[in-house]
Amino acid sequence: MSTTEQRKVIDSRGSFCPGPITDLFKAYRSSQLGDVIELLATDPAAKADVTAWTRKSGNELVSVVDEQGYTRITVKITKKR
Amino acid sequence: MSQATALRAEEKGAQTERMLIILSKGSMDMVYPALMIATTAATMGKEVHMFFTFWGLQAVSKKSVGSLKVSPVGNPGMPMPNILGMIPGMTAMATKMMGGKIRKAKLPSIPDMFKMAKDLGVKLHACSTTMEVMGTPRESLIDEIDDVVGAATMVSLGEGGETIFI
Repeated sequence: MSTTEQRKVIDSRGSFCPGPITDLFKAYRSSQLGDVIELLATDPAAKADVTAWTRKSGNELVSVVDEQGYTRITVKITKKR
Repeated sequence: MSQATALRAEEKGAQTERMLIILSKGSMDMVYPALMIATTAATMGKEVHMFFTFWGLQAVSKKSVGSLKVSPVGNPGMPMPNILGMIPGMTAMATKMMGGKIRKAKLPSIPDMFKMAKDLGVKLHACSTTMEVMGTPRESLIDEIDDVVGAATMVSLGEGGETIFI
């Protein structure tokens, strides 16, 4: 574990499928192993979609927290292809 | 599970999963779902191909890519009696209505969705027969098109993966 790991916040609030996933993917592409991405979304499908994405891509779903009017989904990059 | 399916599943695991989307329609409500599925599948690591045939070619023609329409005719999902769809101006109205809703959902425009798809590695193939039938030269297609192919290439692109026909 190095200290260069980053935490990024991606704001996808107001955008719907495939917006949140493509936003997350763009952040994933420019990320390093160990980085953490926080995705903010209002799309009700985002929880299930990000869960499916992490399962498929081999990354880790850290937490899903319902905030005031949006959801904060935290993903840890554990696999880069 | 038959032996053949088991075998296919085994082969599938060995390579990148593929998805082929055949788009044969050129209306906005058909092109959007095709692009949504394509871009999402690409983010999930699939090798995605889109094949544009018949009216689907309109979706990748420079002239029409930015002005695809929604027709209320033959579309029972539209919130109006079907017969009204035949009145002049109804297609424009339905298109305007849907366009407004799409912008509200912050969905990118169709030309932007194609750019995004390309950026994510989706491959775009135009059908040569349709181009001949419709008199569509290669130059009239959007720059994102990778190549002009026939049905045999399309069939081989779908091999070992899943195929979606729209």
